[in-house]
Amino acid sequence: MHQASATTDLLFVFMLAAFLGFQLIKRVSPLLHSPLMSLTNAIAAVVVVGAITITGEAGATPLAKTLGFIAVTAATINAVSGFLITDRMLKMFRKKGD
Amino acid sequence: MDIEFIVQGTYLVASALFILALLWMSSPKTSRRGVRAGEIGMLLAVAGTLLRHDVVSYDLILIAMLLGSAVGVPMAYLMPMTAIPQRTAISHAFGALAVGLIGAAEYYKLAPILAPGSFVLWALMFEMLLGFLTCTASVIAFAKLQEIMPTRPIMFTGQRAVNVLIFAAALVSAGMLIFVPASSQLFPVFIGLSLLFGVLLVIPIGGADMPTVIALLNSYAGLAASAMGFALDNKLLIIVGALDGTSGFILAMIMCKAMNRSFSNVLFGGFGQLATGPAGQAEERPVHSMTAEEAAPILELAGSVVIIPGYGMAVAQAQHRVAELYEHLEEKGVDVKFAIHPVAGRMPWHMNVLLAEADVPYDKLVELEDINPEMPQTDVALVIGANDTVNPAARDDPTSAIAGMPIIEADRARTVMVVKRSMSAGFAGIDNPIYFNENTQMLFGDAKKMAEQLVKDLQEL
Repeated sequence: MHQASATTDLLFVFMLAAFLGFQLIKRVSPLLHSPLMSLTNAIAAVVVVGAITITGEAGATPLAKTLGFIAVTAATINAVSGFLITDRMLKMFRKKGD
Repeated sequence: MDIEFIVQGTYLVASALFILALLWMSSPKTSRRGVRAGEIGMLLAVAGTLLRHDVVSYDLILIAMLLGSAVGVPMAYLMPMTAIPQRTAISHAFGALAVGLIGAAEYYKLAPILAPGSFVLWALMFEMLLGFLTCTASVIAFAKLQEIMPTRPIMFTGQRAVNVLIFAAALVSAGMLIFVPASSQLFPVFIGLSLLFGVLLVIPIGGADMPTVIALLNSYAGLAASAMGFALDNKLLIIVGALDGTSGFILAMIMCKAMNRSFSNVLFGGFGQLATGPAGQAEERPVHSMTAEEAAPILELAGSVVIIPGYGMAVAQAQHRVAELYEHLEEKGVDVKFAIHPVAGRMPWHMNVLLAEADVPYDKLVELEDINPEMPQTDVALVIGANDTVNPAARDDPTSAIAGMPIIEADRARTVMVVKRSMSAGFAGIDNPIYFNENTQMLFGDAKKMAEQLVKDLQEL
């Protein structure tokens, strides 16, 4: 599938993103760690892009369509409820007098 | 212009938006902007994918998205805030299931054409192993949090050996599938073993360790998404997975530190079942107790009160009554703060969410390290539904099962009031010497009713 260089490219991307992740998460106020978990969970629903490809590509077998259909549904539930509930949580955090 | 170029462009912008989403989570002021950024990123990623050449049929995709939204929207609005840990657990299960199933579909498609030992096969196996084990592990975590299943650890003899064997068998079958194309009938076995290992991973973990477990599953779900990115040659998935993976990992580390325990201890400890230490001797010691009517004037005359909430407050759904109590005390000129222990509750910093829901301003929610220096000058420490997180044995008794765990030093306050239903031990099953101290008064009763009663008695003063 991949050339050796393409594979190492992906590893570089992963390495950089992981370091970035450490730096970003360290800055998140502990106050918001619960909503953070809910937000990262919603963002992880981006796996829906893989599910869409599996379900919609030309020549998808009935099995692939079935698995893809379940995956798109599950990921959409996560994306939709995850973002909405994170916002619901964050809306509640207010300072005195706000 | 080439469509693939546009697709990659949307993925690039989506990646940047997801990074900004996490950056904006650094402060409550910008955090809601972060959610917007995440939403737009998600829409872009989906739109870009629908544009791809290889995506030709849309009917099933649209039905699945409508179905997912029809479930997701009510779920988000009807979910009570006390159920956030369960919701988080079940959504990890959904996410991981999606990852596992996509992996399976890719495997069926690619296995006949890939060379044995190819990188994509490695990535697919890793993706499915993590995806399927995270799925069942999250379902068990959900069942424990929802109390469909007993929250105490489920242990059996030889458990560790069984776990290691199952995991090894899963790895061996994955290895066979990678290197020996003819062994594809092993594929269902591999999935079965991954699912089973997820169950075995979480059943020995007690309710009080759920914050760590949830954070860890969050991390696994992220890493599984990254693995999928490697398999599909999709950098967006790799980036998002790496961000989520590190986020869950950092939270799990913080949780472990807040309990002074190691990862392996949480995963294999079966904590919450064994009551160690000198059992029996404490039973007969006398405690002081008072009624709400007697406690109210003490609270009113106090200069400073620190309220220490725990999981008991969540169970009793008492957060709104506690917030009322806070408001009444503030009106009477008492300086009130809340001391938040990271592991109090069932997910990291669970108490912050509950109290924010009850309209307690977030500048009143004080971290463990910041509140402890203030405790000796505090007139009243009011412990509501917390137990192990205020147990002085963690600090004073090196033989205690929770020795070394950072605690909120409620016992250093001039007066300690503990709202508790009975004298039973906490989740860790460990005696708490704070109840027997000279300066401790027990307020026996349900947290919600007691807070209500205190508010009523304060009004009558």
